[in-house]
Amino acid sequence: MKPARKQRLILIALMVIGASIATAFALKSFNENLMYFFSTTDVIEGKAPKDTLFRLGGMVIKGSVERPNDGLMVRFKLTDFSKEVTVEYTGILPDLFREGQGIVAHGKLNTQGVFIAEEVLAKHDENYMPPEVKDSLKNQPTAGKGQ
Amino acid sequence: MFLVPDSVGRFFHRMASPPHFYAFTERLMPWLVVIFVLLTAAGLYGGLYLAPADYQQGDSYRIIYIHVPSAWMSLFIYIVMAVAGAIGLIWRIKLAEIVTISSASIGASFTFIALVTGSLWGKPMWGTWWVWDARLTSELILLFLYLGVIGLYEAIDDKRVASKAVAILALVGVVNIPVIHYSVEWWNTLHQGPTVTKMDKPSIHVTMLIPLLLMALSFNVYYVIALIQRMRVELLQRERNSQWVKTMVLEKKR
Repeated sequence: MKPARKQRLILIALMVIGASIATAFALKSFNENLMYFFSTTDVIEGKAPKDTLFRLGGMVIKGSVERPNDGLMVRFKLTDFSKEVTVEYTGILPDLFREGQGIVAHGKLNTQGVFIAEEVLAKHDENYMPPEVKDSLKNQPTAGKGQ
Repeated sequence: MFLVPDSVGRFFHRMASPPHFYAFTERLMPWLVVIFVLLTAAGLYGGLYLAPADYQQGDSYRIIYIHVPSAWMSLFIYIVMAVAGAIGLIWRIKLAEIVTISSASIGASFTFIALVTGSLWGKPMWGTWWVWDARLTSELILLFLYLGVIGLYEAIDDKRVASKAVAILALVGVVNIPVIHYSVEWWNTLHQGPTVTKMDKPSIHVTMLIPLLLMALSFNVYYVIALIQRMRVELLQRERNSQWVKTMVLEKKR
């Protein structure tokens, strides 16, 4: 390789490395802000904001969904498989909202530590399969409602 | 260059010469079109008709046959663009410069399709058209990078200077590519994690995976077709005063 070309190659490599390092530091320092939602553990440990709106993500615990009065209000528990948070929401849930499904709720905590959601979004997983395969995968009697 | 056989080396060397590239791609084009049509037909038939409905999302998931290949292409084309930019900067190969700028608008289109189909998919599944999570935001930044490349190229009159400026912008923007890919793993996002492009085995049933891969191939061939067509036009514009263009035009007239 000719010296001039080699020099340009090194220059370009340095530029890309520099840009990468700068981006890495920037992303590292904004790490908290880049999180789309808080986990239930964050909430229990008091890392989530107290008085402002924030997003809470987790999996809906099987058998925890209940409608206490006859209205649209629904109450369920979210988990990240270590800590649980109770969520209350009044409104229409997205189609994919199911027990055992990941969701993201937007709202705030009340004084009893219950999360009052204003909006509930369903988070679908990365698995795609026909219903028959799903049924044969899950032969426990409690988990038979694949659709 | 020890590992590359002589004939391959000679092939690339010849391809870097504009008149040879122009003549060769003209002969290649019909074959590419046939392959593209066959792949697309097979992929769409497999994806929209043969593949079963999803256990959770029913038939709505079928938008992945457009959404996922477009998103893959948006990343892939950006990498091609940046690598060609680097080759153009280092070796000053005219054809590499043309690859860079010709890729930009195709990449921008695929990014736009990925964003729009994702949005159409998000509304029924997640319950929202758009959220500012890391995956969606970084993909939007990718669109702006593409548009920036196109805008910068158009803003500079001397196209050789413009190519250098564009290559530097494209190379700096490369840092966004791993951010997009790993965004769903590094941060909490509403967008789900990777299905196919992960170390583990794909978490998609094989009857659904095959049409997806066919569509990905078909999108790749489409990219090559669109790239070649754009490159030929760009080449003629840049070389309009050169001898080989003049002789070719005169021969065509006869």
